Amino acid sequence: MVIDVDKCTGCGACSVACMSENNVGVLEDETEKIRSITWLRVYQIDNGKAFPETEVAFFPRPCMHCQGGASGSPGQAFFQEDTDPQEAHTPCVSVCPAIATDYDDATGIVSQITSRCIGCRYCVAACPYHARYFNWYDVPWPQGTPRGLSPFVSPRMRGVVEKCTFCYPRLQRAKNKAFLGGGKVGEMDYQTACTEACPSGAITFGQLQNPAHKVHKLIQSEFAFRLLEKMGTNPKVYYMSKRKWVRMMADNHLSQAKATQAAASGGHK
Amino acid sequence: MATHQQGKKQRSRADWLLLVVGLILGSAFGFWITPTILYAEKPQPLQFNHKLHMEQVDNGCKSCHKFREDGSFSGIPGIKSCKNCHSGDEPLGNTPAEKEFMKFLKADKPIPWQVYARQADNVFFSHAAHAENAGLECTRCHGKHGESDKLRPYEYNRLTGYSRDIWGRGPIGLAGPPDRMKMDDCAKCHRDNGVNQACFVCHK
Repeated sequence: MVIDVDKCTGCGACSVACMSENNVGVLEDETEKIRSITWLRVYQIDNGKAFPETEVAFFPRPCMHCQGGASGSPGQAFFQEDTDPQEAHTPCVSVCPAIATDYDDATGIVSQITSRCIGCRYCVAACPYHARYFNWYDVPWPQGTPRGLSPFVSPRMRGVVEKCTFCYPRLQRAKNKAFLGGGKVGEMDYQTACTEACPSGAITFGQLQNPAHKVHKLIQSEFAFRLLEKMGTNPKVYYMSKRKWVRMMADNHLSQAKATQAAASGGHK
Repeated sequence: MATHQQGKKQRSRADWLLLVVGLILGSAFGFWITPTILYAEKPQPLQFNHKLHMEQVDNGCKSCHKFREDGSFSGIPGIKSCKNCHSGDEPLGNTPAEKEFMKFLKADKPIPWQVYARQADNVFFSHAAHAENAGLECTRCHGKHGESDKLRPYEYNRLTGYSRDIWGRGPIGLAGPPDRMKMDDCAKCHRDNGVNQACFVCHK
């Protein structure tokens, strides 16, 4: 997935489409943001400058589907490998004590099996992108609304962790169609709900490795980057921006002045 | 000393026999009572003769259990499919089930069948992948259901509400498909045939 930050207006249509697609409920008190669930949250950042120079950027943030670098050779799974195997793992998968989440080499998607999840929230803590959410409450579905839920996504119960799945059930359905027709799953057969919902076309979805897909070309751009790239999580969500400060901030880049300040105040060197 | 010797009393043959017989009777009782307590029965809304219908159609199971155009599987056919043959106002047979069926047909109401093979909500099972892509026979998982001349009662687990066919019909539940359709059985077949075993292949 490639998200063009410069095109994103922060409207939140992707979040809404995501919640509707994946049966994410509305809690009694949605102002309690720390406990509410938004698989795809839109973050706002600014360049920290005073009025005339102020600039704002929005970051829609789905699950990054980190690969890490250890498993699979470039040909098999993904093409950008972390050279240090010690650092190379999907943060959430490696900590799960219940094998309720796994990394699929064939699709490059990190799963979350809520029926297997024991709710320890270790993965929530391990995820550097805050992409995982814990169900603190059962969703109080108003009477009649469960009939309107998508039958393709199983609703979750209180006490388990959930996250973006890149609309995996859509791939399952696309595959079904391909099996019957004898063809292959094409680029437009499998698109996520957020991609379809984005009014400004900021989100592009496809196979990063497939040269025929648009995303393959987009990530070659010099303006493409990933969040916290230096951590070696090897995410599958790329962002694009022509603005340098946006790119710098995405990697949690500290200015020279701030870095010296942090070191002087007794931080880690 | 005397009590100590009493404790070491020799077991007679009759004692051992009693023990063995007791164990056998106890286990037999357990194997009988457990499924009786655990599973409840629901009758099917009406009887259906698979054998009779298989003789009438020319494309086997797929004559009625069809794929939709989008690749999803229609499962148990709706009343519309029945109307393809049962089109007139007169019943085609003269069994009591047929009379019962005519009521549904006239009211144009779906028949509330109990589905033996219904999996849990978080399971994604693709008939297209198994029947079309892998070319498996229906009997591999559904057994000889297509040759049966009547529907057996639907049994479900009182605690979970799932069909008994999922857990399996044997008392210990060690059999594989078609007697049992648990996740282990899916995983075993996937493993043996080198199919992708990632969680999302079968879960949603």
